[in-house]
Amino acid sequence: MAGAINLLVQSHPINSALSLIVVMGSLAAEYLLLGAEFLAAIQVIVYAGAIMVLFVITIMLLNAGKEERTQGSRIATLLGIPGVLIGAVLVVWTLVGRSSTTHSVSIGALWGAPKTIARLLFHDFLLPFEVTSVLILIAILGAVVLASPPDAVARGARKDEG
Amino acid sequence: MVPLSYYLVLSGILFACGVLGFLIKRNIITIFMSIELMLNGVNLSFVAFAAHWHAVSGQVFVFFVMVVAAAEAAVGLAIIIAVYRTRETLNVDQVNLLKL
Repeated sequence: MAGAINLLVQSHPINSALSLIVVMGSLAAEYLLLGAEFLAAIQVIVYAGAIMVLFVITIMLLNAGKEERTQGSRIATLLGIPGVLIGAVLVVWTLVGRSSTTHSVSIGALWGAPKTIARLLFHDFLLPFEVTSVLILIAILGAVVLASPPDAVARGARKDEG
Repeated sequence: MVPLSYYLVLSGILFACGVLGFLIKRNIITIFMSIELMLNGVNLSFVAFAAHWHAVSGQVFVFFVMVVAAAEAAVGLAIIIAVYRTRETLNVDQVNLLKL
């Protein structure tokens, strides 16, 4: 949570990215406490590893500096903070009103084991799983096309025609 | 023995932080990170409910959310690079035209 707040306070994007890694890591620990060991591993590998590396590389590639304040951002701050506070209080109030308890799982007695998840993933959720693979493929193509320089895309199109 | 509501409150706070960052930040990369933060908040509530009801499908859903988030991060960062290449800025206030 401190990491999340730090993400908001920092004005330099690289500091925000580093605090986001802290959030990801603590969420992975949280998943372990909840007995989801597979998700904890995936969280560290995919989020704290892959996605954050992408972010940091982009920040360095684009040479992102301090953000500057403008008129629009001040208006957004004025309206945004009270609105979000009201929303957060509403959510918390709704959730705490239905309080119940969950057991914290001891390590070793985990039921979110990879085996269980794999059985569910490849039996009940087989179609969504396959659809995600198509989605990933499209995302790869889109990322390559968008990130390559415009003249390279045009050259590729001409090569296809000729 | 941690009450379920604690996890839900934490996930709500994470989500609120994400929304707040989305609204007040002006750097496009930081806005993107706020979106990731929101996704993480929702993931936490999914896992908490899965632990509460002893249903693994919640965790499978988190897995799918992570896959979509990874794809979204790849495409979004590519878009950011393309925007920066044409406009030379990362400030969303200065990106007000779809076409130059």
